[in-house]
Amino acid sequence: MKARTFSFRRVTSVEEALAAFASCEGEARFLAGGQSLLPALNLRLDAPDLLIDISRVEGMRGVSVSSSGLRIGALTRHVEVLRSPLVAEHASLLSRAAPFVAHPAIRNLGTIGGSLALADPAAEFPTCILALNASLEIAGANGIRTVRADDYFRALYETDIGPGELLTAILIPPPSHGQRVHFDELARRRGDYAIVGLAVNAVIHDSNVKEIRLAFSSVGPIPTRAKTAEAQLIGTFLGAEGIASAQAALANDLSPDGTDEVSSETRMHLARVLLGRSLNALLREDK
Amino acid sequence: MSEQVSITVKVNGSIVRRMVEPRLTLLDFLRRDLGLTGTHAGCEMGACGACLVSLEGRAVHSCLMLAVQADDLSVETIEGLSENGSIADLQAAFFERNALQCGYCTPGVLITARDCLSTGGVPSRDEIRDALSGNYCRCTGYEAIVDAIEVVARMRAANAEGSK
Repeated sequence: MKARTFSFRRVTSVEEALAAFASCEGEARFLAGGQSLLPALNLRLDAPDLLIDISRVEGMRGVSVSSSGLRIGALTRHVEVLRSPLVAEHASLLSRAAPFVAHPAIRNLGTIGGSLALADPAAEFPTCILALNASLEIAGANGIRTVRADDYFRALYETDIGPGELLTAILIPPPSHGQRVHFDELARRRGDYAIVGLAVNAVIHDSNVKEIRLAFSSVGPIPTRAKTAEAQLIGTFLGAEGIASAQAALANDLSPDGTDEVSSETRMHLARVLLGRSLNALLREDK
Repeated sequence: MSEQVSITVKVNGSIVRRMVEPRLTLLDFLRRDLGLTGTHAGCEMGACGACLVSLEGRAVHSCLMLAVQADDLSVETIEGLSENGSIADLQAAFFERNALQCGYCTPGVLITARDCLSTGGVPSRDEIRDALSGNYCRCTGYEAIVDAIEVVARMRAANAEGSK
């Protein structure tokens, strides 16, 4: 199918982008990499009046590091996240998750900000920023504000970004000493939507779990932390027994809906399998 | 019909200026406006890989990009890559290994193969399969395609070694 007609405007600054949105009388959409927006337009699931092309906005792209952590511009493409030495050093969870994001050609155009603004519950980066306790920088009429990932995801495809606001960067706190991260997901085909995915960010000293954040994809309308399982693990020795009780605790944290393809029970089972695999992988790395 | 926008795109080395509707995809621009029908229209939602072209040297779906987004950028299609001889070895290997039957997916597969081999070295078969994860072939199957890409990777590596 083909998209319905719309007007197009390219902007080169955040201010210009916000002004273009504010002055649009109909529905406007920001266009970054377009790898989710274009299919939606082609399928006529979405039919805005105006597309505001932000892909060439200065200062919204690239990765930098400071004492407060890593800053990833919202327009940074998946392939750039995948290959960035700074991301590998300061937020390696994202480097590990990036190969799971769709296919190479999608990664060449799609942006991390686009993925987080869409907030598909099956996507990889939303779980990562939740596990990493990252913050999101959002520009609007009243200037720049930041929101923590824990408060950012609201409902299915709904985030804290208000109408006319623009996600400009992702801020990731510096890695703690003893940080261990892991990302894995189960999908029918490589690059397909995950049946279930898991991002783990932990601090482990001599197999003792000091801190841990577990963020699942595809188990509900938004990326979901398994807080009971986290509490179960913190302060314990990471071993077969602890892993088994964390897996059991998932029953309190997750209640995934069933679909025609995957029942609720299967998804729950696979979430436990994935947690077991991931924690065992951390255990092996700790040794 | 909405307003038309002027774009300037470098296509296979030549500068092209056209007026286009904003909703026109790069895919339809190449096929309809420029007659470059080697880029194929498949799913038009980024799943099948038949429409891959090279944008600024990287494989992208031309169905998931508007022609207006390519303004001031450089695009290479299968026609350009065939004429300049840069993938002649891949094309020969696909022919010899019967890595195509109907040929519908082949232009996209060749663009992926070119990207996959662009960093040099010999990728493993798993790496080749992973690179091809966004390309659907509905007749040959993937074994012959992976074989052909692997053969060219080895050939290129041997040539690079020989020319040292």
